[in-house]
Amino acid sequence: MATSHSQSLGKWALAPSLAVLAGWAFVPLAIAIYFSFLRYNLQNDNTGWMGLSNFYYFFSDPYFLKDLINTILLVFFTLVISVVGGVFLALLLDQPFWGRGIVRILMISPFFIMPTVSSLVWKNLIMHPVFGLFAAIQKFFGAEQPLDWFASVPLLSVIIIVSWQWLPYATLILLTALQSLDEEQKDASEMDGAGAIAYFRYIVLPHLSRPITVVILIETIFLLNIFAEIKVTSAGGFAGNLTYLVFSQLNDANDIGEAAAGGLIAVVLANLVSYFLVRIVGKNLEA
Amino acid sequence: MGTITLKQVRKAFGDAVIIPGADLEIREGEFIVFVGPSGCGKSTLLRLIAGLEDVTSGSISIDGKDVTEAPPSERGLAMVFQSYALYPHMSVRDNIAFPLKMHKVPQGEIDAAVSKAAAKLNLTDYLERKPRQLSGGQRQRVAIGRAIVREPTAFLFDEPLSNLDAALRVNMRVEIMQMHEDMKATMIYVTHDQVEAMTMADRIVVLNRGHIEQVGSPLELYNKPNSLFVAGFIGSPKMNFVEGNTIGVRPEHIALSDKKGDWQGTVKLAEHLGSDTFLHIDGGARGQLTVRASGESNFGPGTKLWMTPEKDRIHRFNKEGRAIR
Repeated sequence: MATSHSQSLGKWALAPSLAVLAGWAFVPLAIAIYFSFLRYNLQNDNTGWMGLSNFYYFFSDPYFLKDLINTILLVFFTLVISVVGGVFLALLLDQPFWGRGIVRILMISPFFIMPTVSSLVWKNLIMHPVFGLFAAIQKFFGAEQPLDWFASVPLLSVIIIVSWQWLPYATLILLTALQSLDEEQKDASEMDGAGAIAYFRYIVLPHLSRPITVVILIETIFLLNIFAEIKVTSAGGFAGNLTYLVFSQLNDANDIGEAAAGGLIAVVLANLVSYFLVRIVGKNLEA
Repeated sequence: MGTITLKQVRKAFGDAVIIPGADLEIREGEFIVFVGPSGCGKSTLLRLIAGLEDVTSGSISIDGKDVTEAPPSERGLAMVFQSYALYPHMSVRDNIAFPLKMHKVPQGEIDAAVSKAAAKLNLTDYLERKPRQLSGGQRQRVAIGRAIVREPTAFLFDEPLSNLDAALRVNMRVEIMQMHEDMKATMIYVTHDQVEAMTMADRIVVLNRGHIEQVGSPLELYNKPNSLFVAGFIGSPKMNFVEGNTIGVRPEHIALSDKKGDWQGTVKLAEHLGSDTFLHIDGGARGQLTVRASGESNFGPGTKLWMTPEKDRIHRFNKEGRAIR
């Protein structure tokens, strides 16, 4: 029972963990904010206050607009592919067939592979213009000059790799949701005269709206931060996103001040996106 | 309209035979109840009639038309499910309208039919609510509403009252019977509760391990059970079986006396219901017997007494459990 005494005791007992948690979250943020106002370049001794100039330079970086658009395209198309494909695959895996258990585990496994590793595999074994699987297929069908994926369509290539990683996640969540759909709903809709398409449209899809919302929200948060796939495949020049831009400020230009400013801008943008996403699709989460 | 005929209907899942072969004639406007213990195949039989399961062999016809191969929606039947199976994301209005919408009925007619059904079922104030905002009884009524809008040739009920509490169950039982009275439609009702079967049915079909044991009016089954199984299943409390299951006597057909009678026994337990008292009696070699006494009966535990079965109310059975008449 929660008496007022035990409640105040509870507050005191919680205080140390809350303090650690707050420190953990806020100290790095505070340092980043502090750096973002500094002239702080590792190749330059000349440090001092910059005011808002770091932010100005980040925004006026020639790559900024392109990388912002890349970020949005990458998130958007990966979401479309993983949600639409995830619904389709979940419906398929929900059917009874021989070897379903194995197929389900195989289906989920890409999600457990480190992005760095899978990117390397995609880059060197699948999309490589000379040794790659896709090139071999193209040559089999008589192509003279197989597509050089990362040179010709870098953003598409990154989207394919990232979708390959996130499709299993969407499938897993949606499959679980499908399995919780009451069998009698199907019987009832059949009695009511709904065919397969009407059953999907009026019963299955509304049932999936909530898990789809969860998939969109969670994937968006992670997809805004995609980095390994771009770095490993060296697609950053053309398919870089904001995370990659921050990285190149830090790594290529050694400009810690501007990287910190970029990081903060990315945080604000990510929060804006999440805010509007929650406003748009979060209604589905209300019970 | 609303006759349903089953001819040698058989259902097996692989090697497991659920229904070995059922013949049944359901008459127009009849309230027929499938009753039996769980696993007896009564729900399967209903789902075969509905078309939700395919028959392994045999044929089903509705109004003289063979529908053995027809999908559920073409059989003109409506079903009320045990879980109600309401569509959770649709309002009550959309739930009731769904079968009409699926059959491409014009919107104007749909609205009229939904209003009419809602008025009949006291749901008018709840049309915009979602199923989860309704009580159990209201959900049940929405499920019935979804069934009646289509004006089906027959209604199928799959244990529709088993999720309701006892008081509500009695109310809904009366409402369903009233509905049958008003609509004169054929209704097939599945239950494991013999009280529901006795009170609601025009005719009862007793099923045992997939076999139709007996078909008849409630009183026919009560007075002239064909088999040991039917005799034991119909009637509450259960019929007493003595002499190696060859003689059966209902608890209400045994006279008690403290002086003389045919069988002697000792009262073990007395259940006082007010109107009646059920005495659980140790009959010695005859085993445990249940006897109905009047509400004022004051035979307490430990009392020695005599029991005399009514001569023309004794049921006799042969070794195979068939009735001897």
